[in-house]
Amino acid sequence: MAIKIIEQQQQPSVGLSRVAVSDTHGEDSPYFAGWKAYDQDPYDELTNPSGVIQMGLAENQVSFDLLEKYLEEHPEATNNGSSTAASGFRENALFQDYHGLQSFRKAMASFMEQIRGGRAKFSPDRIVITAGATAANELLTFILADPGDALLIPTPYYPGFDRDLRWRTGVNIVPVHCDSSNNFEITRQALESAYKEAESKNMRVRGVLITNPSNPLGATIKRAILEQVLEFATSKNIHLVSDEIYSGSAFSSGEFVSIAEILEARNYKDSERVHIVYSLSKDLGLPGFRVGTIYSYNDKVVTTARRMSSFTLISSQTQQLLASMLSDRKFTEMYIRTNRERLRQRYQMIVDGLKNAGIQCLEGNAGLFCWMNMSPILEKPNREQELALWELILHEVKLNISPGSSCHCSEPGWFRVCFANMSEKTLEVALTRIHHFMERRRVR
Amino acid sequence: MELKSGKSQLLLSKIATNDEHGENSPYFDGWKAYDNDPFHPTKNPHGVIQMGLAENQLSSDMIEEWIKKNPSASICTAQGLHAFKNTALYQDYHGLPQFRHAVAKFMAKARGGRVSFDPDRIVMAGGATGANEMLMFCLADPGDAFLVPSPYYAGFDRDLRWRTGVRLLPVTCQSSNKFQITLEALEAAYESAQKAGIKVKGLIIANPSNPLGTTMDRSTLRTLVTFINHNQIHLVCDEIYAATVFCSPSFVSVCEIIQEMECNHDLIHIVYSLSKDMGLPGFRVGIVYSYNDMVVNCGRKMSSFGLVSSQTQHFLASMLSDEEFVDQFLSESIRRLASRHDSFTKGLEEVGIKCLKSNAGLFCWMDLRHLLKEPTFEGEMGLWKVIISDVKLNVSPGSSFHCHEPGWFRVCFANMDDEIVEVALRRIRMFVGKCKEVDVQVKKSWQRNLRLSFSTLMYDENMGSSPRMMSPHSPIPQSPLVRAWT
Repeated sequence: MAIKIIEQQQQPSVGLSRVAVSDTHGEDSPYFAGWKAYDQDPYDELTNPSGVIQMGLAENQVSFDLLEKYLEEHPEATNNGSSTAASGFRENALFQDYHGLQSFRKAMASFMEQIRGGRAKFSPDRIVITAGATAANELLTFILADPGDALLIPTPYYPGFDRDLRWRTGVNIVPVHCDSSNNFEITRQALESAYKEAESKNMRVRGVLITNPSNPLGATIKRAILEQVLEFATSKNIHLVSDEIYSGSAFSSGEFVSIAEILEARNYKDSERVHIVYSLSKDLGLPGFRVGTIYSYNDKVVTTARRMSSFTLISSQTQQLLASMLSDRKFTEMYIRTNRERLRQRYQMIVDGLKNAGIQCLEGNAGLFCWMNMSPILEKPNREQELALWELILHEVKLNISPGSSCHCSEPGWFRVCFANMSEKTLEVALTRIHHFMERRRVR
Repeated sequence: MELKSGKSQLLLSKIATNDEHGENSPYFDGWKAYDNDPFHPTKNPHGVIQMGLAENQLSSDMIEEWIKKNPSASICTAQGLHAFKNTALYQDYHGLPQFRHAVAKFMAKARGGRVSFDPDRIVMAGGATGANEMLMFCLADPGDAFLVPSPYYAGFDRDLRWRTGVRLLPVTCQSSNKFQITLEALEAAYESAQKAGIKVKGLIIANPSNPLGTTMDRSTLRTLVTFINHNQIHLVCDEIYAATVFCSPSFVSVCEIIQEMECNHDLIHIVYSLSKDMGLPGFRVGIVYSYNDMVVNCGRKMSSFGLVSSQTQHFLASMLSDEEFVDQFLSESIRRLASRHDSFTKGLEEVGIKCLKSNAGLFCWMDLRHLLKEPTFEGEMGLWKVIISDVKLNVSPGSSFHCHEPGWFRVCFANMDDEIVEVALRRIRMFVGKCKEVDVQVKKSWQRNLRLSFSTLMYDENMGSSPRMMSPHSPIPQSPLVRAWT
């Protein structure tokens, strides 16, 4: 994604809003700055083999062939069930109902169930459609919190949350600090501590937002911890949002536990505080299609979210296409299985490659990236040194990776490295470069 | 699935629990009536005809034809599949360059080539709904206000105010001068706001107007531009009906005005969409076009919350670049709208119902003041309920558009075929005929066995709050709640 970095204008011109002139859009962080270097000098196997390799982009490009093959073999499925593309077009082009196409919601519910190995049921009537998880997260924040309130989010977290949850909503994020001493797992202590911090700042805590599997850790959250987080939310009578956008990218089905399973196991007791965000951007590799959903166990939230989704509906032609594709159970089961396996292999490849270069990663089991530990080679264990190392890697090694500080990691030296947005060949080139870099350092 | 409710109350935000979404208004009764008894030419010929829905269904066949001839416009066909991967990956909030170029060209054509648009100023949004809200987020803080000429599109109340906290201050327009906005009314509204300590950040207009179906003349537009420029406040022009102008006077866009006169361009912002001109509301193609660089930059970032599906961008880039097709489409679409408008208003005139003289839009602004029992909003609501329950037409009462004068109704005519228009006119004829009869008879005595009844709603008023999503009789699945906003 190419983002132009604009000169920061300090004074508002001709009266724009406070939101417009703030920098809560977050685009000045290094997470995005690396894009510029990549944009100016992008790697290409043939035309620019010494260019910057993009490893800061959590995209899933490993399974496109499966989607393309499906479309080739099922032309009728995407043509509104008739022999030409045009029939049914009119009906679809007119469909702007914020409930969303029923066939689409059914297909999504079924897909979400399959990802969870049938361990949780999803009702199509609780699915609210939004243009991407970006919109879903913002929308939920508008519904669950007032300006000035706080959401607790375990660190490290996806940098986009700073914009998505705070920018236009006026809601604050209070970090729940996690560290490597226990593999960055969320602890009750950390939750309580964050809650107190919010209170001390006179912020009313409205909810906890977890990402499971985690971005940037690339690991699923254990059942016991999920239960603990849910218990914490219950004890404080606050909401729990579970962003499960990477649920289909867990390397093995059995390792991912969804909050939905926990609720189902307790017969949905006290589930009104729980809301799940999902999207097809990662699992299906379709970020351009803007397919996000909110699944809430709270009727009022479903109704309100649906009304708000008017600002951000999914294109009806995209709903139609996906309804067809995702209703094909044979296809989806094959896809989920194959995609998982390919991601696992990629993960293994990068982790082994980094190990050979002398770099450890957090043990991961999901997602499109690994969480790399460079703290041993930091000159000093602080943020400045982490950023210095990041710049070095960007300009010398020509890899754009994401520094942990942009993810609000409290421990300097960790980096998120994406592996699924490139070919295996390119990944090998990247690993070779890292290898050489580390060798040069040892020599020095 | 059974969900047991928790003992404690889980608080939602103020935005979530207030009424600013607008769906609890009584106007939804019309939608509910339609939903419970939707007209169908064969299966339910006595059902309610939907005339509250400003949709353009007259020209879909032309698009269907084009699709058949251009399979590569779809990324799912054999001819288009090669573009699938790159399109599916494209989430850049700048939008596909070819899409922006095609939209810029289309917007220029809709304005007769009198203005050109810079593709780099085109910012995407989730329909015009998203575009209008996004501009408010960029231009105003919570508590700030925008002036808006009334009557105005009912959806503005939600779109401009709900999550933004911005206030809307109506500038009353009168039937005595065909509901045209006057400088006096504008200045009065502005001054009154200032006296009350309300910060006015701008003026928002819809041109062509919903619900009036009229375009603003050059001199009025110049007056508005002069006004906002003098006060250094923003001007947002929702030009969503630009290509529905079907007869003279021709459409004058604010973009043309600012080419001809001195004005701070940083104050000018256009909202556009393909929902009306092309009849593609499902595709959610909203556009913000601002002459203000900061607004473009900020809006672009905000568009992350409502980007147009890349599949749709790809399709439209292809279709809207086909200049020959676009030219043909625009001229034929306008011809059909003119014809429909003509036959409908003539039919109304035959029974003594006048409409505001209009040259655009998908509806007309019907004057039913002479049918009101009393010249009040209660009278208007009473008449409206009768029209729904007895005449069985879902039309929109003027009060839902914040019209200052009772007795005006918006009636849509482009969301149905010719036969249904005839049925609607027939029913109106009968109704007006009976009104005349009753007028005479009421003077003598009231008889219960009159077929025409002025009683209240015939359906159950205590229907559940969630409407049926799909009506078995309706040819097109719809939800009344979302329909009400068009």
